[in-house]
Amino acid sequence: MSQTVFEPWNDPTAKPLIQFKNVTKRFGDFTAIDNQTFDIYEKEFFALLGPSGCGKTTMMRMLAGFEAPTEGTILLAGQDIAPIPPNKRAVNMMFQSYALFPHLSVWENIAFGLKRDKKSKDEIAARVAEMLKLTRLEKFAKRKPHQISGGQRQRVALARSLAKAPKLLLLDEPLGALDAKLRQDTQFELMDIQESTGTTFVIVTHDQEEAMTVASRVAVMDDGKIVQADTPARIYEMPNSVYVADFIGEVTILSGTARRGDGAYEISFAEDQPTLFAESDTEFDNGQECHLAIRPEKVSITAQKPSDRRNALEGKILDIAYLGNLSTYHVELPGGQIVKAQTANTTRLSRRSFTWEDRVWLSWTDTAGVLLKG
Amino acid sequence: MRRLTWFNVTSLSLGFAFLYLPMLILITYSFNSSKLVTVWAGFSTKWYGELLQNEAFLDAAWVTVQVAVVSSSIATVLGTMAALVLVRAGRFPGRTLFSGMVYAPLVMPEVITGLSLLLLFIGIGLDRGIFTIILAHTTFSMCFVSVVVSSRLVTFDESLEEAALDLGCSSFQAFRLVTLPIVAPAVISGWLLAFTLSLDDLVIASFTAGPSSTTLPIKIWSAVRLGVSPEINALSTIMIAIVAVGVITASLVTKRASLRQQADERAAVHA
Amino acid sequence: MRRFALIALPYAWLLALFLVPFIIVLKISLSDIDLAIPPYTPTLDVSEGWAGIKAFFRALDFENFVFLTTDDLYWKAYISSLKIAFIATLLTLLVGYPIAYGMANAPDHWRPTLMMLVILPFWTSFLIRVYSWMGILSTEGYLNQFLLSLGLISEPLTILNTPTAVYIGIVYTYLPFMILPIYSALERMDGSLLEAAEDLGCSRLKAFWLITIPLSKTGIIAGCFLVFIPTIGEFVIPSLLGGSQTLMIGKVLWEEFFNNRDWPVAGAVAVVLLLILIIPIVLFQRNEQKQRELEG
Repeated sequence: MSQTVFEPWNDPTAKPLIQFKNVTKRFGDFTAIDNQTFDIYEKEFFALLGPSGCGKTTMMRMLAGFEAPTEGTILLAGQDIAPIPPNKRAVNMMFQSYALFPHLSVWENIAFGLKRDKKSKDEIAARVAEMLKLTRLEKFAKRKPHQISGGQRQRVALARSLAKAPKLLLLDEPLGALDAKLRQDTQFELMDIQESTGTTFVIVTHDQEEAMTVASRVAVMDDGKIVQADTPARIYEMPNSVYVADFIGEVTILSGTARRGDGAYEISFAEDQPTLFAESDTEFDNGQECHLAIRPEKVSITAQKPSDRRNALEGKILDIAYLGNLSTYHVELPGGQIVKAQTANTTRLSRRSFTWEDRVWLSWTDTAGVLLKG
Repeated sequence: MRRLTWFNVTSLSLGFAFLYLPMLILITYSFNSSKLVTVWAGFSTKWYGELLQNEAFLDAAWVTVQVAVVSSSIATVLGTMAALVLVRAGRFPGRTLFSGMVYAPLVMPEVITGLSLLLLFIGIGLDRGIFTIILAHTTFSMCFVSVVVSSRLVTFDESLEEAALDLGCSSFQAFRLVTLPIVAPAVISGWLLAFTLSLDDLVIASFTAGPSSTTLPIKIWSAVRLGVSPEINALSTIMIAIVAVGVITASLVTKRASLRQQADERAAVHA
Repeated sequence: MRRFALIALPYAWLLALFLVPFIIVLKISLSDIDLAIPPYTPTLDVSEGWAGIKAFFRALDFENFVFLTTDDLYWKAYISSLKIAFIATLLTLLVGYPIAYGMANAPDHWRPTLMMLVILPFWTSFLIRVYSWMGILSTEGYLNQFLLSLGLISEPLTILNTPTAVYIGIVYTYLPFMILPIYSALERMDGSLLEAAEDLGCSRLKAFWLITIPLSKTGIIAGCFLVFIPTIGEFVIPSLLGGSQTLMIGKVLWEEFFNNRDWPVAGAVAVVLLLILIIPIVLFQRNEQKQRELEG
C-alpha cells in the first residue's frame, strides 16, 4: 500500500489553479504588492502569513475581484480574471468580520448566493440543508446573526461562502474573532471541511500557529513580497532568511562570520567566545557575514560542560518561562547575547534542576542550527 | 469601500445647491439698488441703511433677544433637571405622565401649543407681553434641552460618579465636580438649541405676544405676507450671516479642541 | 428632599404650562361661542359650589365636533393636510436619500464638513428659509426669468400660491430631518456587507436593493415620521407659499382663531388634529424603540 503524498508543487506536470504573473499593486505612491509570481494548486490549503500591512489582504482582494492589479496578470484555471467582476467569479470569500447580513436569518444568509444563481426552490433548500449539516447549524436556521454565538457566526459565514461550491474559497483571518480554545477546535474543523469538499482554500492570517496547523503550504510575506513559500515543516526547519526564522516560532540568532572548515562551517560570533560549527547547504565565502538560527528545543542545557558536542557555550540563567508542558530558559552569555533553551517537563512536580542566576552550559549538534545570509 | 462615484458627487452637489441656492439668491438681491426686487439694477447697500433706521424692527429685535436669552437660560436649567429625573431618578408616582409631558411638546403642532397657552393666560387673567412669551418659549424649549442632555446622560459612565463618592465627595459635589463638567457640552448645545428655537418662533409668539411686545419673526411675518421686500432681504442676510459665523466658529473651536486632544494623546503615547 | 425638589420643579412647570392649558383647550372645544370676552360659555364658577360644577358640565356638549363634520371645509382641510404631508414626505425621501447616501460614502475627512452643511440651514430662521422661495417662485421670479431666458418656456409658470410651491417649501425646510437619520443608519453599515453580497453574485444595484435599503430602513422610517408629523400641522409654509388654493388644517385653525374669533371651533379643530397625530406618533415611538433594542 502506497499513499501518494500531496505535493503538486513538486510535480512539473501539475496544472496550477491560480497563477500570479509579475503582479504589482500600487495605491498611489504605496506599493502593496511588488512584482510577485507564484502558483496555487487545486485542493491546496494555502496560507498567506505576515504582519499587518505586508500585502496579504491585498493579494486576497485581488483574487476576489475587489482590487485590480496595477501590473501583471492573475490566471484562474488558465483564464485571465481581470475582466471578470467579483459577482461573476467562481471565487467566494469569507470576510474577517464575517459580513453576515443582520436583517436575514441564518438560512437566508446561506441561501443568498444560491438565489442569485436563479436556482430552483428545491435545489436551494437541498443545498442549504446540506451546508447546515456540514457546519452543524441545523438548529439555528431560523435565528438572526445577533442571536447566535461567535463560533456559530463563523460557521454561518463559512457555510454561506461554500454554498455556491466555488473553485476557490478565500478566508480573511477566519478565526481572528474567536477565543484561543475555540480557535484550535475550529482549525481542525476547517481542515476537515476543506478535505471533504475538496475546495481550494486560501487563508490570510497573521497567526503563525494557525497557518502552520491548517495549511499545506505557507507563504510568509513581508513588505509586498513573498519571502518564502513552502510546507510548514520546511518553513520551520529550513527558513531561507532571518526574517522567516524570526517570524515563525522562537529562535536565537547569533550573527558572526563564516569560515570553511572540514564538513562544517566555523563561525566566530564574539571575541573570547568559542567557535561554533554548523553544516549548511548554502555556500559561504571565508569571512562572509552569517547568521546562525537555532530553535530553543534543539539546545540542551546542562550543569557540566558536555564532552560529546563541539558547540558548547557557558552562561547565566536570566529568566525562566514556565509554560506547563515546556520551560524556556533565557541564558545570558558573557558578551550580553541571550540564547534560548527549552526543556520538556515530562514529570509532574519534579524539582527544577536550574534556577535564576545558575551558571549552565548550552550545547547543540552541528546540524541543529540553520546558517543564513540575511 | 468609501469612494466618490459620479452618482455620489452629483447627488451631493445637486443636494447642496438646492439647500443653499435660495439663500444665496436672497443675499445677492439684498444688495440690489432697485425697489423692484426681481430686477437687478446695480449694487447698493441702501436697504441696510434703511433697516438700521427702522425703529420698529430694532425694537422687535431687542424684544426677541431678551426673550431668547431669558427663556433659553431658564429652559436649560429646567430641561437639565428634567433629563436628570428621566435618566437618574428611578421610579416615582406619575413618572409616565412626566415623561409624556417632556416628549409631547416635541411633536405638538405649534398652533396647538400656542392656542392652549393663550387660553391659559386669558383664563388666569395674565396680561400678555414679554413675560408670557418667555413662559411659552421656556415650556417648549425645555423639552428639547432635556432630550439633548438625557441622550448624553444615558451614555454617561456612572462609575465615574461612584468613584467621586468613594473618594469622599458628597453626592452634590460629585454632581458638580464630575457629572456636570462631562455633560457640559450637551448642556451648552441644549442652550444654543433653545436660544435658536426662541429666536425662530413665529407661531407660538403670535399667540402669546401682546400688542406692546412684537418679536422680530412677527414683524417679518407681517411684512412678507405682502410680498418680497428688499428690506426683509437685507434683514435676512444679517440674520444668516450671524448664524453662519456662529456655527462655523463653534465648529472650528470644537475641531481645534479635538485636534489638540488627539495631539496630546499622541504625545502621551510617545512620551 | 433634594430629589423631591429635582422632580417637583420641572414637573410643576410642565403641569401648569403644558397639561393645564391642554385641558382648557379640551374644555373650550366642548363649550358654546359667546360674544363676551372670553368669548365662550360656560365659564366655571366655583363659588356656587357643587351646583355650579354640575351646571358647568351640563352645558358642555359635542356641538363643535358635530359642526366640524357638517361643514366640509374642515374635513377637507384634514384630508388635504394628510395628503400634502404624505406626498411631501415621499418627495423629501426621494431628495434626501441620495444626499445621505452620498455623505455616507464620502471620504472620512469630508464628512464633518458635509454634516455641518446639512445642519447649518437648521440654525437659520425657518421663516426666512420659506420666504426665500417667494422671490424664486413668483410669476416674475428668478426661476421664471431663468427659464424664459433659456427659451425653455414662452410664458411664465404659475408656481407660487399652488400646492407645488408648498411641496417645494416642505422638502426644502424639512430636508435635514430626513437626511440625518438616514445618514446615521448608512454610516453605521459595515462596508464589507456590500462586498459580501457582490462576492455572492449580486450586481451593485441588486446589492443596494437587497442590503443597503433594508439596513437603512429604521433611518428611512424615522426620517419620514420626522417630516410627516410636523408637516400635518404646518402653518407658515401653506400661508406664505400656498395661497388661498391650499387648504391645510394649521392654517384653518389660525384663521378660525384670529380672523373668525371662534374659539370653541378652533379648540375642536385642535383636539381632532391631535387625535389624528396620535397614530403616527405611536408608530414613530415603536420604530425608535425597535432601533434602540437592535443597538442595545
